[in-house]
Amino acid sequence: MEKFAPVKRSEDGEPVRYLIVDDSVFARKNLARMVETFGGQVVGEAGDGISAISEYERLTPDIVLMDITMPQMEGIEAAEKIVREHPSARIVMVSSVGYQENIVAALQRGARHFVQKPVKPEVLYEVIKYVMRDDGTTARGAGAGA
Amino acid sequence: MRMDLIQPFINSADAVLAQGLESPISIENLSMEEEAYRRKGIAAEVCFTGEIEGRIIFDADLGPAVQLATLLAGVEVSETDDLVSEAVCELANQIIGNAITSLNDQGFHFHVRPPTLHTSEQGSKSSEDTEALVMCFNTSSGNVFMNVALRYRRRRALERAAVVG
Repeated sequence: MEKFAPVKRSEDGEPVRYLIVDDSVFARKNLARMVETFGGQVVGEAGDGISAISEYERLTPDIVLMDITMPQMEGIEAAEKIVREHPSARIVMVSSVGYQENIVAALQRGARHFVQKPVKPEVLYEVIKYVMRDDGTTARGAGAGA
Repeated sequence: MRMDLIQPFINSADAVLAQGLESPISIENLSMEEEAYRRKGIAAEVCFTGEIEGRIIFDADLGPAVQLATLLAGVEVSETDDLVSEAVCELANQIIGNAITSLNDQGFHFHVRPPTLHTSEQGSKSSEDTEALVMCFNTSSGNVFMNVALRYRRRRALERAAVVG
């Protein structure tokens, strides 16, 4: 896998801490491998929106990579609930279903960005860099991906 | 079966498999299936509802499925590893999700459910309003199959045409 310059937290230079949310174990493992090549640290994983909310509360990660289509509670709803409680939460939606309505709905409910599956590491890397720079008060990013 | 509904699935399978496997893909065969669907190996099913309803089964023989999982995971995966079925489900999710994205952007609205492992040996037969099309893709890891059974909801289409008109 391609090597990337590590993305660090600007406040203390520590590795970016990730929560990865996807109902597919395979997808979670692949995303974890990818963010580790960005110098990141995976602090938690969740397989549905409800677990994502509780894991966010417990871990307060720097970035959440969130799938959309999941059992029990879908990703957009989970993102909305997390951002309502934690307005500075950085949530990046990662989904194969990337039609315009879905992207707009996710961004309107608080997601910072959207990456379409299959994820290209170089695309996710640029999104992570962008989101880590974003202080949450600027305009939300547009969709990205293949 | 309407080819404008099928083409996004062919394009998506081509793009996702070629990207994941880093090698070109070709369509080996494309045929209507009149008999009940018979599972070939490790299979994942994705169902959707809306203007187009139906299900798609993504199916790979065990050998190709193991090779696909190994290539996509970047680590050696054995036949008994759960990652094999996980990889097939995730590939189905990506292929079908990308096709649905394209169809939605063309104005067809529907909702997709998460993929599930299809374990029964047989699936439902085609019916008068639900035709099944089987596509066989030749990959560097072997053949993989996609069985597409769609039902186009005419009433909603007519309503949409009336609004446009």
